[in-house]
Amino acid sequence: MSSFDPTADTTPEGAERQDEERRRAAQGEPPFVEAATPESRLAGSLREAAITAGIVAAITLFFFAFRTEIAIGGLELTVRWPVWLSWIAIAFVGRFLLSFFLYRADRTKASGAAKGARGAAAVGLGKVLAVVFLLIALTLPILLDTLFPSQNRYILDLAILILTYVMLGWGLNIVVGLAGLLDLGYVAFYAVGAYSFALLSQNFGLGFWVCLPMAGLFAALWGLMLGFPVLRLRGDYLAIVTLAFGEIIRVVLLNWADFTGGPNGLLGIPKPTLFGLEFSRGEGSFSDYFGLDYSPIQRFVFLYYIILALALLTNFITLRLRKLPVGRAWEALREDEIACRSLGINTTNVKLTAFATGAMFGGFAGSFFATRQGFISPESFTFMESAIILAIVVLGGLGSQVGVVIASVVMIGGIEMLRNLGVLTDFFGPSFDPTQYRMLFFGLAMVLIMVWKPRGLVSSRSPSAIYKEKKKIGADMVAQGEGH
Amino acid sequence: MSEMSPRWTQDPVLKVENLTMRFGGLTAIDSLSFNVGRGDITALIGPNGAGKTTVFNCVTGFYKPTEGRISLRRGRGVSDAMVDELTTSGNQFSRDGERSVFLLERMSDFKITEVAGVARTFQNIRLFGGMTVLENLLVAQHNRLMAASGYTIFGLLGLPGYRRAAEAAKEKAIFWLSHANLLDRADDPAADLSYGAQRRLEIARAMCTDPVLLCLDEPAAGLNPRESADLNTLIKYIRDEHGVSVLLIEHDMGVVMEISDHVIVLDYGRKISDGTTDAVRSDPKVIAAYLGVDDTEVDEVENDLDHDVAPTPAAPANAEGVRP
Ligand SMILES: Nc1ncnc2c1ncn2[C@@H]1O[C@H](COP(=O)(O)OP(=O)(O)OP(=O)(O)O)[C@@H](O)[C@H]1O
Ligand SMILES: [Mg+2]
Repeated sequence: MSSFDPTADTTPEGAERQDEERRRAAQGEPPFVEAATPESRLAGSLREAAITAGIVAAITLFFFAFRTEIAIGGLELTVRWPVWLSWIAIAFVGRFLLSFFLYRADRTKASGAAKGARGAAAVGLGKVLAVVFLLIALTLPILLDTLFPSQNRYILDLAILILTYVMLGWGLNIVVGLAGLLDLGYVAFYAVGAYSFALLSQNFGLGFWVCLPMAGLFAALWGLMLGFPVLRLRGDYLAIVTLAFGEIIRVVLLNWADFTGGPNGLLGIPKPTLFGLEFSRGEGSFSDYFGLDYSPIQRFVFLYYIILALALLTNFITLRLRKLPVGRAWEALREDEIACRSLGINTTNVKLTAFATGAMFGGFAGSFFATRQGFISPESFTFMESAIILAIVVLGGLGSQVGVVIASVVMIGGIEMLRNLGVLTDFFGPSFDPTQYRMLFFGLAMVLIMVWKPRGLVSSRSPSAIYKEKKKIGADMVAQGEGH
Repeated sequence: MSEMSPRWTQDPVLKVENLTMRFGGLTAIDSLSFNVGRGDITALIGPNGAGKTTVFNCVTGFYKPTEGRISLRRGRGVSDAMVDELTTSGNQFSRDGERSVFLLERMSDFKITEVAGVARTFQNIRLFGGMTVLENLLVAQHNRLMAASGYTIFGLLGLPGYRRAAEAAKEKAIFWLSHANLLDRADDPAADLSYGAQRRLEIARAMCTDPVLLCLDEPAAGLNPRESADLNTLIKYIRDEHGVSVLLIEHDMGVVMEISDHVIVLDYGRKISDGTTDAVRSDPKVIAAYLGVDDTEVDEVENDLDHDVAPTPAAPANAEGVRP
């Protein structure tokens, strides 16, 4: 204490002030802080990585490097240095990344100011990532054409699938991430959208562009229908009822054979047209009109841009809604429902709008799915789909838009990549079939990511209104809402 | 008490009549009646478990009272006849020019804030912790902004009408932030604030709903003396400059005696005293309730106590104060 206050000992205010000052003085650097580590972050990380690699080398020497097999007249020893060395390399790189970005990063940046700086860096990184993703997405068909002409169609198809999940993830993000209502039956709205389009087109001969908004509306209506019964439910009960709702829709689709085609599904769903131009061979088609050579890839490119536009629309509207009173009320609902009501907010409406808006985007995605496949059946709308969409939202970081994109690419792309991992046969022998272990690896990866980042890949929230300076809000402050 | 009927019975902003609240077999409030004077700061005090928070929850619609009538009167000179007429009509509220009456026991919690204009804070602070201080105050202006955004449609289109309303909402938030001394924390998450700042923020947030009656549940709990003094200034400012009547629950007798015009004392769900601070402070029943003695021993206690020294029931205040 620098200043001498004669009243300090005699009045409670004085004593309080002294105490406060003392606490403030102690705040920045507690006296028991450990001495700054002498080695630099890079050197330290390298040293730790080397130690880890050494341990791995010692432990795995007899498993990976030498292999004995029974051969005629005794054992035959095969030496597999490459396998051994690659595992050591994996251990080294893995440990280095962990040390450098995780363990040591935390140690050096513990103070509040540094945290703020890191938040600012995260804002920048998020922006950069978003722009990079957008540029890649917009030019993807051209990129593929020049880079991988042979695999063009396959990768484009995968990109369409990923974008569908991005859109579904963004839709579910409104319900789970913003409003904090755990919805395990989101696939129901996807199904409603798909069947709405299929049935409307088959019974009334309507095209994709007319049906798209109608499918969204129908799904939103079903969102309201789900919303009403679960209004009063909290926590786990909410999750269970939404789960049941998803199953009910699927079972109805399965059993109402006259209307929905039952397990056989619906066939011959029309393809989307570009202002009436079809993507097929012959008269009046897209290629004919523009004088191009017909190629099946044109239809894929068209579908790709449709889903990209739909996804971007979803993103744009969600970002807009977050800054409007509805969006803010969703987030306030997630934070504290009782406080919302004490401020005169009708939480019934808030919940219903969240369910309906989320469902509407699910419906759009569903009708796109129907038109892309040309065929739908209840099998496409199982609980597994809901689980994957929810996993995308959770993995990406609740409420984060960029997070959903990263998570979709990682998850859907990852599942796909694991189909053709021939590399693994080197490790596990020729009898190893990677496709059989696909889900195992996938689950393992999920667990690892969640251990590493328990609140998702992008775990900070950016405020919807700013007075002077935009500061990221750490995930530890943000509530998760009902049912988590 | 003088023969003249006290000020708060003349034109109350809130009149609670025969309020009873039972939880199963437990009668938390037993036929309680009191008035909150227009423009008064009224304190509701009593030992732990006396039923104070339950009264608040009934007034703000979080509990439906078992029995009783709670009438909020906006505009001066609402007659009891008007209230009676509304009671028999079965409606929730009635309007007569400037004057309007709301029967709070018939309204749901959010309607009470939205339509009747009663705002509250909570004993265990309820902020939107993951949202910034500024956002907390914007959420409080939800209903007005919602209407201005054309129930989201105009807002999505970015029409100028909504943008003006959003600017005005932000200005109002900044106004209350500066009065709650929180302006430099506007962009920080609410959960990051100190305890005292959180209490002030909760009051500022309640004020953003434009109430006529502000109900504060233990606003000074856990505050240090300096923060308490700031709080007193803020509450007085709200009453003096904005004409808002304040009903507050408080264990800190320093705060109660300094700022209240009218004190109501509860014990075991019953009203044991009602009057000015001076009247209540010297009421033997109050002393007995706070010191935890039987009514028969009151005289003894009174004799033991020196009348010049105000009985400061320090024990409950301290018990409350240690909350994190
Ligand atoms: N929801 C409820 N269900 C059952 N009993 C309740 C409920 N709410 C309050 N009570 C009971 O009513 C009585 C009064 O509680 P209340 O919270 O109103 O006391 P209080 O005067 O606010 O006390 P404190 O000073 O500790 O805040 C207590 O006995 C309490 O247990
Ligand atoms: Mg209480």
